Amino acid sequence: MISLVTLKTPVAALGREVLSLTRYLGRVFLFFARGFLLIFQPPIQFDKIRQQIFFIGMKSVFVICLTAAFTGMVLGLQGYYALVKYGSTAALGSAVALSLVREMGPVLTAIMVIARAGSAMAAEIGIMRISEQIDALKTMDINPLRYLISPRIAAALVCFPLLTAIFDVVGLFGGYLSGSALLGVNPAFYFSRAQSSVETGDIVGGFIKALVFAVVTVTICCFQGYYTHTRAEFGAKGVSISTTSAVVISCVLVLLTDYVLTTFLL
Amino acid sequence: MTASPLIELQNVAKTLGVNRVLDGVNLSIHRGEITAIIGKSGSGKSVLLKHIIGLLEPDEGSILFEGRSRSAMSPPEKKALRRRFSYVFQETALFDFLTVVENVALPLAERKGAVPEEIQRRVRDKLNQLDLHDVDHKSPSQLSGGMKKRVALARALVTEPDIVLFDEPTTGLDPIRKNAVHSMISDYQRRFGFTGVVVSHEIPDIFFIAQRVAMIDSGRIRFEGTPEDIQQTPDNEVRNFIEGLESPRDPMTGIASQSVGQQHLRREMGRLQRHQIPFSIVLMSMDPPEKVERIAGHMAIQALLKRFADHVIQNSYVTDTCFRYAINTIMVVLPETDERQARSFCRKISRTLEQDDLFDARDHTRRIGYTLSAGVVQARPDSGLEELIAAAESDRTVFYQSSP
Repeated sequence: MISLVTLKTPVAALGREVLSLTRYLGRVFLFFARGFLLIFQPPIQFDKIRQQIFFIGMKSVFVICLTAAFTGMVLGLQGYYALVKYGSTAALGSAVALSLVREMGPVLTAIMVIARAGSAMAAEIGIMRISEQIDALKTMDINPLRYLISPRIAAALVCFPLLTAIFDVVGLFGGYLSGSALLGVNPAFYFSRAQSSVETGDIVGGFIKALVFAVVTVTICCFQGYYTHTRAEFGAKGVSISTTSAVVISCVLVLLTDYVLTTFLL
Repeated sequence: MTASPLIELQNVAKTLGVNRVLDGVNLSIHRGEITAIIGKSGSGKSVLLKHIIGLLEPDEGSILFEGRSRSAMSPPEKKALRRRFSYVFQETALFDFLTVVENVALPLAERKGAVPEEIQRRVRDKLNQLDLHDVDHKSPSQLSGGMKKRVALARALVTEPDIVLFDEPTTGLDPIRKNAVHSMISDYQRRFGFTGVVVSHEIPDIFFIAQRVAMIDSGRIRFEGTPEDIQQTPDNEVRNFIEGLESPRDPMTGIASQSVGQQHLRREMGRLQRHQIPFSIVLMSMDPPEKVERIAGHMAIQALLKRFADHVIQNSYVTDTCFRYAINTIMVVLPETDERQARSFCRKISRTLEQDDLFDARDHTRRIGYTLSAGVVQARPDSGLEELIAAAESDRTVFYQSSP
């Protein structure tokens, strides 16, 4: 006879997992909420926000332009060969513009920023944690969340939409380069179709995505670094795991939230 | 001590992971005193310090400040309390993304109502006192280990705190610097009256500056008392620990250590009582003429003490014992010597000092004025050792003075 315990075990295990996941998500949310609210605690740390905007935004511009140019070019190429079968290469502008503004722009920007700035954030905060610099802030009566996390959240909220906009524009020209300059689609058609098919709603949707990705990225990366000391691994090993999981988790979450957001925005 | 303690730990227990690091710690820290916490590596000294400042919360037990438990305090009270503290981290915990000046200024700059000129002035003062020149705009990662320690000290002292917690402030420094840092901590404590808690492995050096010593072992306080008490404790475990760390020679001066000296004193006392063989003691202190502000001054005094110890050894017989008695003081035990002969011993040293300037040596210590004072006393069979030393302390006369 199967005892009741055997039946209960998998259910209990599932329950434990769900509970621990819920608790984890709760902690992450509280971490973000506190960090976000502390942005507005006077005096507002304009200097630190400016430094972070430079680090997250300005220093990412080049890599964003590069990625955007090649993404746009590939879209132009692929789009052209798909459309040429139906003789509707004039629609290339719409195809490139819509896929950039709605999807590629926000998602690829987020992923590039995660790779460039998110990993650095997790590593920097993780090192500050293991070398007791975060404890040192506490002993000086400085709130580490306000001092370290809030400026990064503020800066990410400013930078992500701007970088996404840059991505969109550069990508559009990339599409022009391969579609029109290389493969001969009429540039006038390309740009007029691009202009007419993209509506305000698409652009707003893209920006909403960018803002959500900013929150997801900066929260996960800072959270992973900030709680490096709670890992089973210590020291450099702990920081390396924090950095890796920051990048992996935030990339996955960006793609996941992208799907969810798209279903709502369409 | 009759006054109520400033900080009181009652049955504090803490488990980190699977280790019960603190297992019912009871400890009192008194106002205006330096309490040294000693113990084996990994015995929970740093964890104890983190409990005092509130970086860690105890699982059991409570920590009282002026009789009030921290857990019963309101957030503004906790904040006010935390501002009275400073903490010197073992690994310095300086911020790599800030320069040296910004690091030292940070605790002041982040306070409401900070005036930039005032901050600048106080930061500059502290950097000068710790002889940190030409490093203002360097990153802490560009500094040597000893310099980082000094920047960390500057950052902790710049807020002029009531209570300073030092987590191994001298580990990794050379003997002269080590003594200079100790001398500075003790000097500051006398002048500003802060309460200090120092976690240290520097035995016996730390006994020179601490008023109380607590030894932690297996998560409990194994011993609590004065530095004299701990050196005479009947507890073998404690004695073994101290004697294991203490070398028979003082690492800085090369003369005998305090415990070796105390043994000699007791032996001479026994000889006097049994065989009426007289002996005298001489206490010689080297003091700077006025307040020493900067660590270079403290270093110079320690370097001079080292050199002075060589002179004392050259002028003494094999049977004489000289040992480090306090941070700036050397004691010489002269067997078979009466007070008159002891005084002539002092004069002899004084004459050699006149001929041979202590400064004309290889190392680059700063030229400062100093005063050598000596207290001479001949032992009597009916007097105790404490009385004898107290008599020598009170009988100090200046026997050599050097101008800067």
